Amino acid sequence: MITIIDYGAGNLRSVLNAIAKLGYTTKIVSTPQEVDEAEALILPGVGAAGHIMESLKALRLDNAIKEYINQNRPFLGICVGMQVLLDKTDENGGNDCLNIIPGGVRKFNVDLKVPHIGWNQVEQKQNHPVFAGIPDKTDFYFVHSYYCDPQDKAVIAGETTYGKPFCSAIIKGNMIATQFHPEKSGEPGLKIYDNFIKLATAKK
Amino acid sequence: MLTKRVIPCLDVKDGRVVKGKSFIDLRDAGDPVELAEFYYQEGADELVFLDISASSEERDTMADIVERISEKVFMPLTVGGGIHSIDNIRRMLLAGADKTSLNTAAVQNPHIISEGADKFGSQCIVVAIDAKRVADSNPLHWEVYTHGGQKPTGLDAVEWAYKAVSLGAGEILLTSMDADGQQSGYDNELTRTISETVNVPVIASGGAGTPQDLYNALVIGKADAVLAASILHYNDYTIKDIKEYLFKKGIPVRK
Repeated sequence: MITIIDYGAGNLRSVLNAIAKLGYTTKIVSTPQEVDEAEALILPGVGAAGHIMESLKALRLDNAIKEYINQNRPFLGICVGMQVLLDKTDENGGNDCLNIIPGGVRKFNVDLKVPHIGWNQVEQKQNHPVFAGIPDKTDFYFVHSYYCDPQDKAVIAGETTYGKPFCSAIIKGNMIATQFHPEKSGEPGLKIYDNFIKLATAKK
Repeated sequence: MLTKRVIPCLDVKDGRVVKGKSFIDLRDAGDPVELAEFYYQEGADELVFLDISASSEERDTMADIVERISEKVFMPLTVGGGIHSIDNIRRMLLAGADKTSLNTAAVQNPHIISEGADKFGSQCIVVAIDAKRVADSNPLHWEVYTHGGQKPTGLDAVEWAYKAVSLGAGEILLTSMDADGQQSGYDNELTRTISETVNVPVIASGGAGTPQDLYNALVIGKADAVLAASILHYNDYTIKDIKEYLFKKGIPVRK
């Protein structure tokens, strides 16, 4: 059973569809207790990090997610669901985030179009089973204007170049997070979900 | 490096794809779900569906189609045509669309851009602009048309693109009415002028007849993505052919 957090994000359905396609059952939750009961937790995301933080706080999910991750239980954060793991974001004049990974979320300051929209390569910086069967530098679909800048470079699992290299995936223990959208990245994206779910359920 | 996107565009009327050639592998070339799967397998980078029917019952049909496509196709989906309100946008996003394309509604009520961007994020709001060269204009300029290219608005296309982006549009889908359907190349001057004016991605549309035309739109027109309809639906080019051509000429594409 895969638990997906519903805080009103518009792309919940895409994530559900991807997991359904892989043949797993899902549970949509929005209470701290249900988060605590999860065996594999996904935080989808699209839009602004400030909005998602507000929604998570309103549902009292911020502390529940933090506790869940701090217990090193299987977690997958997508796009803004990755960005909120850091200390704070520069988006909308500055917002505090979940403060799980030291570092900030910064706006692209490059001589290129922002948002960064489209398919770009992810260079794998960690040899991790979540990338099993996915060749290095495979293209994934991105859509974002801000990127994660973790202080501890050891947590960077994927790097992508847009004007300059930025962190496009983070792995720390059983916490996995991607800036790109695996649910919109064709077969390699589905493979990420499949690998995550296999890892999460094997750890029972 | 960010790749350039090749995006098939499908026109849907009463739940059926119009303007589609008979693909050998397809049982039913008019079925939007089957065509979406076909292009997904072919390596399209995104898909755009334009609902060219008008009534609201047909929009229900469109939402149902989007729902079925999003269960099978794992790439970005944009839906346009007949979207006039925040509720219409929400409806399509909940059905599984990633982006909605606004055209006439955005011109009539520019506030829908900012409200949509605020509620769902700029990435969900594509502003589609149908532009036509103003005869004998010097310097050259283009006028915006609405209602499927029927109604001149008096708006300058470059100024409108700038305004749409400042209100929160995340992408511009730019169609040259002069080039559309001619299959003799995109209007690269138009594309380039707008691409250099706005700081969001510009999708060039209208006029593709050969892979060279797509190359020119990306290089001369400085487009970030190219929309293609007839070249894929009628001609003998597949997405693979086009991407191979672009790749050989040094354009980064997703393999």
